[in-house]
Amino acid sequence: MTSTDLIVALPEIFLAVMGMALLMVGVFARGNPSRLVNYLAVISFAIAGILAVATFDGSQSAFGGLFRVDSFGLFMKLLVLLGSALTLIVSQDFIEREQMARFEYGVLFVFATLGMMMMISAGDLISLYLGLELQSLCLYVIAAFRRDTARSSEAGLKYFVLGALSSGLFLYGASMVYGFAGTTSFAGLATEFAGEGGPAVGLIVGIVFIAAALAFKVSAVPFHMWTPDVYEGAPTPVTAFFAVAPKIAAIALFTRVLIEPFGDLVAQWQQIIVVTSILSMALGAFAALVQTNIKRLMAYSSIGHVGYALVGLAAGSQDGVRGLIVYMSIYLAMNVGTFACILCMRVNGRAVEGIRDLAGLSKTNPMMALVLAIFMFSMAGIPPLAGFFGKLFVFQAALEAELYTLAVIGVLTSVVAAFYYLRIIKLMYFDDPVEKLDRPIGRDMVVVLGATGLFTTLFFVFPALILDPAAQAARSLFAG
Amino acid sequence: MIIETIAFYLFAFITIASAVMVISSKNPVHSVLFLILAFFNSAGLFILMGAEFLAMILIVVYVGAVAVLFLFVVMMLDVNFAELRAGFLQYLPIGGLIGLILLIELIFILSAWVLAPEAETVARAPVPGGDISNTDALGRLIYTDYAYLFQAAGLILLVAMIGAIVLTLRERVGVRKQKIADQIARKREEAVAVRKVGTGEGI
Repeated sequence: MTSTDLIVALPEIFLAVMGMALLMVGVFARGNPSRLVNYLAVISFAIAGILAVATFDGSQSAFGGLFRVDSFGLFMKLLVLLGSALTLIVSQDFIEREQMARFEYGVLFVFATLGMMMMISAGDLISLYLGLELQSLCLYVIAAFRRDTARSSEAGLKYFVLGALSSGLFLYGASMVYGFAGTTSFAGLATEFAGEGGPAVGLIVGIVFIAAALAFKVSAVPFHMWTPDVYEGAPTPVTAFFAVAPKIAAIALFTRVLIEPFGDLVAQWQQIIVVTSILSMALGAFAALVQTNIKRLMAYSSIGHVGYALVGLAAGSQDGVRGLIVYMSIYLAMNVGTFACILCMRVNGRAVEGIRDLAGLSKTNPMMALVLAIFMFSMAGIPPLAGFFGKLFVFQAALEAELYTLAVIGVLTSVVAAFYYLRIIKLMYFDDPVEKLDRPIGRDMVVVLGATGLFTTLFFVFPALILDPAAQAARSLFAG
Repeated sequence: MIIETIAFYLFAFITIASAVMVISSKNPVHSVLFLILAFFNSAGLFILMGAEFLAMILIVVYVGAVAVLFLFVVMMLDVNFAELRAGFLQYLPIGGLIGLILLIELIFILSAWVLAPEAETVARAPVPGGDISNTDALGRLIYTDYAYLFQAAGLILLVAMIGAIVLTLRERVGVRKQKIADQIARKREEAVAVRKVGTGEGI
């Protein structure tokens, strides 16, 4: 370990120290320090992001290859930090209203984000696992944060049991890979597989187990069972967090593991990804049709979105990864915005979650209805909104990789999925309100909604802002 | 050499015998005690292999913490083990059949197993360098090459602690705690009120 190692990992070290410092602030501050801790956490995310950009100096390895920084990692880390910060900002009012404003909320967000950054930067199966566990452990606790309601506890417990199962799958696969390759470092694995004719059967079994465990973390079908229940049961701001930051981190991790150490075995894992991608898109489209709870709907929608993102990964090419990165960036904006709208759904001070509760929103709160309609159109993939471009790039990559069936099924399922997104718009604009939703919404909410709404609408004007860094990030993943 | 062999068979036999007792003894508390015996003897096996650090950890962690925790759980939760055991004979044939199939499959796999030629020598050397002890070698690795992982593991434990507190700590209202400082600081005027009570009136 040298001082350069510490500089490479400076953003992570900073977040770890801030997490512990915030814990102290929370313990010793007078009154209820929840708001103070949450704002300090948001500031820490911002500083960590600045540090990540400032200390970035090309692709670098630290701690003997355990930790890796490259453009791909940097871009994904910034997305994760942004996602965590935005969800923490929109959480504040909700957790205060629902009497769950304890300072540990912000502290757990910081540690979860730290775990995600460690996952993204992992250069070794061991450091990957430790990052994954740090993140997951925080998420289990946050899911059960409203411990007095049965549903929140149930969500936490379900997530914990199934998450432990997937960790077990991952460790089993990793031990198989280690047994057959003799190393756990990504660089070592990559050289191990580079020259050989065909990999051993045990190795393929190991890769399948690792892929299954990571598919669980990104909630791709057939490892999605926990998603709707956890999303519905967890407090709404926590659901917003789950849908954004951990998902982006897990997708980044999935991409890195498959492209870096197992990059030369594309033929072995491509079919797995193609199948999970098709199943995710189909389930995300069809199962969401019958939902009445908007959080459950968003859970199925996020399963579908993961399916589309995996289309880019299935292509296994630089363009595919670029498409995936662009898709996840746009997904971040759309989802944070939509969840901000869901967090504003209150009737007489009580939070409501039914899709029907949105009826007639255009008459009671036209601005919010407009913004939500933009997000829904974008998720459905209607041009010229951002969601369209996300889908465009991944399908383009799939066509270039000659995965025609995958692309065609993707387009068809997105037509089906458009139905339920448009149904929400129809409810808001053409139905009569049953109960008026409360106004006004908080100032933080207005800022977040405005920013994500503008990004989604105006993406087509400045696409290079995302496209160029994404292309660079994808290049760095394939160079190393 | 002969003493080593005798010790190995002794430890191995007691480990297996006590493992059998763990699952077959009627009293769950006895099961846990046999589990502790099995841990101790496995630790002996580790020492025979020259892995004294693992042996110590096995005793400290498994006997000191896990087994005691089990003992608490067994004693606190009033589980009716006789009821759980009911129907043991009824399920024996199907369970035995599945076990047999697994055994045959394992034999198939193990008969085709080929160890790498250098595996035996690698497994025999407990320390990479040779002249430093096992614990020393592990310590040098953990605090230098794997410092990053060591710190990450520490953070995970911290989060586990925060999580346990967040999910279980309740500040109970209405609990009367003795506050000695308040008691001492109390003045006569706060505690006693002197009233003039007129005859036949009351307060």
